[in-house]
Amino acid sequence: MTERAFPVPDAVSLPFWEGIAEGVLRVQRCGACGRHVFYPRAVCPYCASSELDWVDASGRGRIHSYTVVHRGPPEYRDEVPYVVALVELDEGVRMMARLVDVEPAAVSVDLPVEVAIQGDPRLPYFRPRSSE
Amino acid sequence: MTPELMAAIGGVAESDLGDVAPKTAIQLQAEAAREALAEAGLTFGDVDALFSAGGETFAASMAIGEYLGIRPRFTDSTNIGGSSFLAHAGHAYRAIAAGLCDVALITYGSTQRSQTGRSLGRGGGVRGPQQFEGVWGLPAPVGAYALAATRHMHVYGTRPEQLAEVAVATRKWASLNEKAFMRDPITIEDVLASRWISEPLHLLDCCLVTDGGGAVVIVSRERARDLPRTPVWILGHGESHTHLGISSMPDLTTTPAVYSGAAAFAMAGVAPADIDVAEVYDSFTITVLLTLEALGFCGPGESGDFVAGQRTAPGGQFPLNTNGGGLSYCHPGMYGIFTLIEATRQLRGECGLRQVDGARLALANGTGGVLSSAATIVLGRD
Repeated sequence: MTERAFPVPDAVSLPFWEGIAEGVLRVQRCGACGRHVFYPRAVCPYCASSELDWVDASGRGRIHSYTVVHRGPPEYRDEVPYVVALVELDEGVRMMARLVDVEPAAVSVDLPVEVAIQGDPRLPYFRPRSSE
Repeated sequence: MTPELMAAIGGVAESDLGDVAPKTAIQLQAEAAREALAEAGLTFGDVDALFSAGGETFAASMAIGEYLGIRPRFTDSTNIGGSSFLAHAGHAYRAIAAGLCDVALITYGSTQRSQTGRSLGRGGGVRGPQQFEGVWGLPAPVGAYALAATRHMHVYGTRPEQLAEVAVATRKWASLNEKAFMRDPITIEDVLASRWISEPLHLLDCCLVTDGGGAVVIVSRERARDLPRTPVWILGHGESHTHLGISSMPDLTTTPAVYSGAAAFAMAGVAPADIDVAEVYDSFTITVLLTLEALGFCGPGESGDFVAGQRTAPGGQFPLNTNGGGLSYCHPGMYGIFTLIEATRQLRGECGLRQVDGARLALANGTGGVLSSAATIVLGRD
């Protein structure tokens, strides 16, 4: 099987991946304008400040959109069908993630989800929120 | 108000299309360039500005300049994905209007079908902003367009059969174009029964994977007087982009054609209702729906109804993608140049069975990346 993609952390993104290794989802928050920022940056795209601090995210959000993949990249082909979603976190940032612990047919836009850090490489998957 | 006529398309040509083995991408560009220049009564020595993107090479305008022996005084290898060539046409207009060049040559070539095929894979280490997207197995680029389609369906109630209308109508146009790759008629049921690629997009919601290339020659007003064929004037141009990765698209249902289209219409002094024929980048059926809304041919969320009942097919009220589009005619990976080629031919009245009667004003719109960039050109004839 072809090698799967894995993230290569850089100086800016390293705290994110260190958080994932510890089981915590973190995002940046701008010390100047107060807005949350994702993906990680060296400069705030809203106010140009460099005061970007790392904060623990709630890990909770909703499905903004999703697709059920039937013809995936070769290295993922043995897993189809699977769901890739854009998750809008309660903090207001959007991130892409695979969904776990759910049948594709049960997924819908606005479905409440929570982060589920797992796998090798360890990644922030999401799953339907258990208690609503 | 009528814009000042500063630059005109004087020649267009496709290279061989489909499966061109053993030809190379640069060869396709060179052959198309020779033919497009011949249409304009010109040759390589007349070219003083080069524009190219892709072409399976570093610095595409340098590659074609070397190959054809052209030393330009204006050069532009801007690559914003499949819309690049419409941006090039706008840049060529600006450069000519500024007196920086007189004869601009835009080229593109790709052998993705015969050489490499289109990879849906990523694999390996993923760096930079892509490290947050490239690890999930989202097939590129179709998965990103599927995310936009799901969102549009959720927000506006758009239905799969409305997406399918686009594929069916475009195939009807292709059946009238002997150069089109896929010409057998299809039905809405065929589209919906074709296999899923990335829901809600079926196989027949997706563009072709072909080889192909093309060339467009744009000349100054003074040169346009000598053209052998009817000059096709560039009346309006706009371009923009809003993101690179789909996670960063501000609104999944609004493409940057909102900005490029508004700029192009304002510059041309015309409105969407004035357009006689539209050539709109159709990488996927959803690309067309979102673009029709962004350009103002219909309101947000109305594109599903707009294309219903085969309204964009031959004989319909809104002639769209009259060459058969990327869905059925040709899609070598960056389709934009072909929208300019077809729009030019329609305005010259050269399209035979697929000619839109009396077409005087045309719109060409390119989309690049994952709904990331847009470039719009409004063209007219005397």
